[in-house]
Formats: sequence, structure tokens, C-alpha cells
Amino acid sequence: MSSLATGLKGRAELGVALLLGAVGVLVFLDANGLVTPYSQSDPVGPKTVPFIVSGLLIICAILLAINVLRGGKGEAEGGEDVDLAHSADWKTVLPLAGAFILNILLIDWAGWVISGTVLFWGSVLALGSRRYIRDGLISVALALLTFYGFYLGLGIALPAGLLEGIL
Amino acid sequence: MDVWSSLMDGFATALTPMNLLFAVIGVLLGTAVGVLPGLGPAMTVALLLPVTAALEPTSAFIMFAGIYYGGMFGGSTTSILLNTPGESSSVVTAIEGNKMAKAGRAAQALATAAIGSFIAGTIGTALLAVFAPIVVQFAVSLGAPSYFAIMILALLAVTAVLGSSRLRGFASLALGLAIGLVGIDSVTGQRRLTFGQPLLVDGLDIVVVAVAIFAVGEALWVAAHLRRTPLHVIPVGRPWMGKKDWQRSWKPWLRGTAFGFPFGALPAGGAEIPTFLSYVTEKRLSKHPEEFGKGAIEGVAGPEAANNAAAAGTLTPMLALGLPTNATAAVMLAAFTSYGIQPGPQLFSSQGPLVWALIASLFIGNFLLLLINLPLAPVWAKLLQLPRPYLYAGILFFATLGAYSVNLQAFDLVILLVLGALGFMMRRFGLPVLPLILGVILGPRIEGQLRKTLQLSAGDPAGLFSEPIAIVVYIIVAIILAWPFIYKLIRRNRPMPATVIPGNSGATVPREAGGVSHGSHRADGTADGDGDG
Repeated sequence: MSSLATGLKGRAELGVALLLGAVGVLVFLDANGLVTPYSQSDPVGPKTVPFIVSGLLIICAILLAINVLRGGKGEAEGGEDVDLAHSADWKTVLPLAGAFILNILLIDWAGWVISGTVLFWGSVLALGSRRYIRDGLISVALALLTFYGFYLGLGIALPAGLLEGIL
Repeated sequence: MDVWSSLMDGFATALTPMNLLFAVIGVLLGTAVGVLPGLGPAMTVALLLPVTAALEPTSAFIMFAGIYYGGMFGGSTTSILLNTPGESSSVVTAIEGNKMAKAGRAAQALATAAIGSFIAGTIGTALLAVFAPIVVQFAVSLGAPSYFAIMILALLAVTAVLGSSRLRGFASLALGLAIGLVGIDSVTGQRRLTFGQPLLVDGLDIVVVAVAIFAVGEALWVAAHLRRTPLHVIPVGRPWMGKKDWQRSWKPWLRGTAFGFPFGALPAGGAEIPTFLSYVTEKRLSKHPEEFGKGAIEGVAGPEAANNAAAAGTLTPMLALGLPTNATAAVMLAAFTSYGIQPGPQLFSSQGPLVWALIASLFIGNFLLLLINLPLAPVWAKLLQLPRPYLYAGILFFATLGAYSVNLQAFDLVILLVLGALGFMMRRFGLPVLPLILGVILGPRIEGQLRKTLQLSAGDPAGLFSEPIAIVVYIIVAIILAWPFIYKLIRRNRPMPATVIPGNSGATVPREAGGVSHGSHRADGTADGDGDG
């Protein structure tokens, strides 16, 4: 048991193989559930390509799992602002995702000006800025500017929500 | 049709004040996103798609052209002044460029990059104008079987040739193809992978997919690994070159162009290989080989020219065949579709004025880049100091806005987050992003060609091989897939000098174990690839 645990340690990449396999099975089941009579005008039918794709996914999943177990590793992507020396900082990512989800929940009900402000302000805070008031003002300004910019410039009416009638 | 008169008509369209304004906006925007970390031209075009829906297609594409070339230009500025290239195509520029900047020659490095980009971009665009119509003439005679083969070639080549792990490339491609399947099947009207969710019936909007993978995935990934110590940006004045710099630069510019354009125009081109080749060539031909590694101007001039010529080359298959081979071209192709324009060889005849205005605006954009950006270099350098919380919060903000404004439904934002998480995972585990995007965009079109082919042959698989071009292309596909085998055979029979294979350089696994496992997986990858074809 303990050897299994140590074997799995640092092999988070197996999760990728699992995901590929799961998507592969899903695509297969979905395609298998389609009912189509054979048609002279469409001999390939809607199932063939999904079957091929699901096969490719499952083969990739198996090969990736073998590769990872043998010690293979995907290279994490670098970049100008990326410092791979420290491990993933979930204290930044999770609040960031939280701000994003809050925006999804708020956008139709409270409107873009409010939800967009929440999104930008929350993201800036999550990313480590500590100038609360200045950040808040920038957020409101950005949300208002994009709202009117889209409405007047492009004719796209973003939802006004709670502020309907005021904006 | 006469190329010259069509091109002149294109210039007439592109030079109207309104379109010129869009070209300037595109060039400035493109350079800005090229300079800024975390943003790229592909993502910018994707974000602008919903915004430009209200515009004339011609104006929108003139702006996209500016963004495309501007992004290349901005990328070189970053790699010279920061030594941390954002795009894989400017890795080579950073080698000598940053050394030059550190030695106090940043102005000359930026100048040779800018002027070299201009020259290579202009020659490359001229070659595009000459060759694209020739490719079209050849392409209109091709039927569905050949198109099917060529698209398979493009997908496989981009997946197998670029990136350090073929297996991970294929995994990414398969995910992209699966995403492309979602929605109503165009032939039978069957719903695929919609899980009873009516909002999925129309398929996943390519804008949402591209923005999620490029923007949201990138922002989340950088947030997880944000560099806490600010990077040192080398201060720079106005770029200029002395007489000696000109003498040392002009030949590398031309040679770089000669490397870049053909590689860009091939369906598996990309800018990595030609920039690398150009660097090696300049090092070999230089009269000052001792300067290489310490800031040789030839090492900036050549690769930068190769990079821009490749960018122009990439547009040849994109415009002539409807075949994108890099991320920006892929998103531009999606833009054609969203305007209801059918990409492919018919494009030149059905949308002639638009295509020639686009090509003309590439010349104009190139010229504007030189004109605007030489004096503006210090301003772009300042942009690098933008506080990172604002930069990445801004990316998320505009990504949300762009994706939401396509259909005005919050459901798209859920998709955006889910695919953004996928983009994060892909960056974490080294799955390349480009095969996924190409899979999403080309997957449905490949399926269409396959069905058309077998419809013509009444279900007989031999129909796939009914055109000579198709057979030639399948042979090339087989060679690409079997290449690791052949390479191994050659090496076994003839002991090679110890050269490092480019692309394997970053492997962290012990050399021998790595070689064995890579080899065996490539072998398996070949087997499944054959099963497809």
C-alpha cells in the first residue's frame, strides 16, 4: 500500500490521462447512443468521426499513463511573469476563480456594471494589490466605460440589472 | 486576374481614411499586446471578434492584419529588453538581443529587429501576393479527397512537428476534436455531446473556446506562479544604428527572409525552425564568431527577419486553402466564418476585394510599424512596468466581456471558466495549446470533407485515394509519422556525432530513460495515426 502511495506521489499528471480517458468514454457513449438509419447519401454518418476521436482520446490516455509511470513529465509552460521555482499558489488562484464565479452569478441579476466591478476589484485584490480605494475606483470606471462603450459604440446592450433606469 | 491591378485596388480600399485608421489602431494594439506579457495576437483577435461584428469585414480584417504583424514586432521588444521571451518564435532573438541590451546596445538591437522585420515582412507579403493566386489556381482543381488529405496533413504536422512531446500534442489535438464535435451534426441534424442542454445545440462558440484557452487559462496559470520580484527592464532610448551595424545586418535580414517564408508557407511551418536555422547560419557565416553569445547583431537581425517572413508565409495557406497553421491564423479563419465568408480557394474569387485589401494593408501595417514604433520604443518599454495585478485582472475582465457579448448569456461564462481550467491544466502538464485550437476549428471541416468524399464514392473507402494529390499527401503524412523510426534507424546504422535534437532539449528525465520512453511512444503514436488515415 505504502509503495503504491509513493508511486503515485508527484504523478498528478495521471489525472490528465484519467481526464482524457473519461472524455474518450463519454464521446464513445454519446455517439453510440445516436440512432441513424443507413443512408445512401451519407455513408459515413454522424457516428464515425466521434468513434475515431474517442479512440484517439483513449489511446492517448493509455500512452500518457504509461509514459508518466515510466517517469515521463510534461514541461510546465514558462513565460515573462511565470516563476516556476515556487509551486502553484492556490491562495491566488482560488480567490481569482471566486471573483470569476461571482461575476457569473451576478451578471444577469445585478447587471454588468456591478458584476464587472466585483470581477475586476476581486481579481486585483486576489493578485495582491493592496490599494483598496484606488482599485475600487478603477474598477467602477472600467465597468461603466465598457457598459457605455458597448452600448453607444457597438450597439450591444449589456445587462443593466439592478441599475436599470439609472444608467 | 492580374495580380498587380488587384493589389492596386486593394491599396485603394485600404488607404481610405477610415480603413487607415483601423490599420493604425491594429498596429498600436498589436504592438502593445505583443509587448505585454500574457497577451498575444491570437487572443487579441479572438477578443475583438464580437466587438468587430458590427464593422465592415474589410475594416475588421485590416485591423487584424495590423494586430498580427504588430504582435510579432512587440514580441521582439520584450525578448530584447527582458530576456524572457513570451512567444516561442522570439526565443532565439532573446539569445543575442538581450546580451546586446545588457552591453548598452539595446537601441541597436531594437533597430535591427525593427528594420529587419520591416524588410522581411515586406518581401514576405510580396511573395504572398505572388504565390497565393498560384496556389489557388492549383487548388481549385482539387476535390474533397485531396482537401481531406491536406487538412489531415496540417493537423498531424502541427501536432507532431512542433512542441517537445508528440504524445501530449496528440492528446491536445484529440481534446480539440472532441470540443469541435459538440452541437448539431450538419448533415443529419443529430445532437452530439449536448447532454440534453439546449444551449449546447449550436456548438461551442469559437470565440469562447479561444478566449478561454488563451486568455483565462493564461491568466490563471500566471496567477498561480506570479513572479514576486519585479523583472529588470533595461532602459532604452530611441533605436538607431550606425553604419557598421547596417553593414552587418543587411545580409542576415535577407537570409532570414529566405528561411522564414517557405517554412511559414508549409502546412507545418511555424516560426521556431526557421529562426533557429537562421541563427545557426549567421553564427557560421559571421566574420565575428567570437561575438556570438556576447551580443552579436547578426544573431538578432537574422532570426527576427525569419520570424516576420514566416508570419507572412503562414498567410499563404490560410488565404489560398483556408488552412491555418498558427494560432492567429486559426482565429482569423474563424473570423471569416463568423462573417459568413467561406474560407478556401474560392475566397480569392468570391471575396477578391477583401483579400486584396487585406494583403495591401499588410504592406501598410508593416510600414506603419516602422514609422510609429522606432520613436515609440521607450513608451513600449514603459508598458512593461504595468503593475501585474492590473494586467491580469484586466485580461480576465476583458475576456469575460468579450465572451459574454457574443450571445449575452451567462452560460457562456461557465463554459469560459471550465475551458479556462482546461487551459490551466494544459499549461501545467505541458500539453501544447495550438493543436487543440486547430482541432476545434478544422475538426468539423475535416468531417465535412470526409463525408463528401465517401458520398461521392458511395461509401467505398477507396474514394479517399481517388485523386493523385491525395495519395502524395498521404505519403508525406506517413513519412512525418514514421520519422522517429527512420531517424532511429539512421542513427543505429551510422553513429552520429553527439548533437542535441532540438525540441528534446528541455527533457528533465535522465537521457537514456527519456530516449527509450519517447521512442516507444512515438512508435505507438504512429500506429494510431495510421488507423485514422
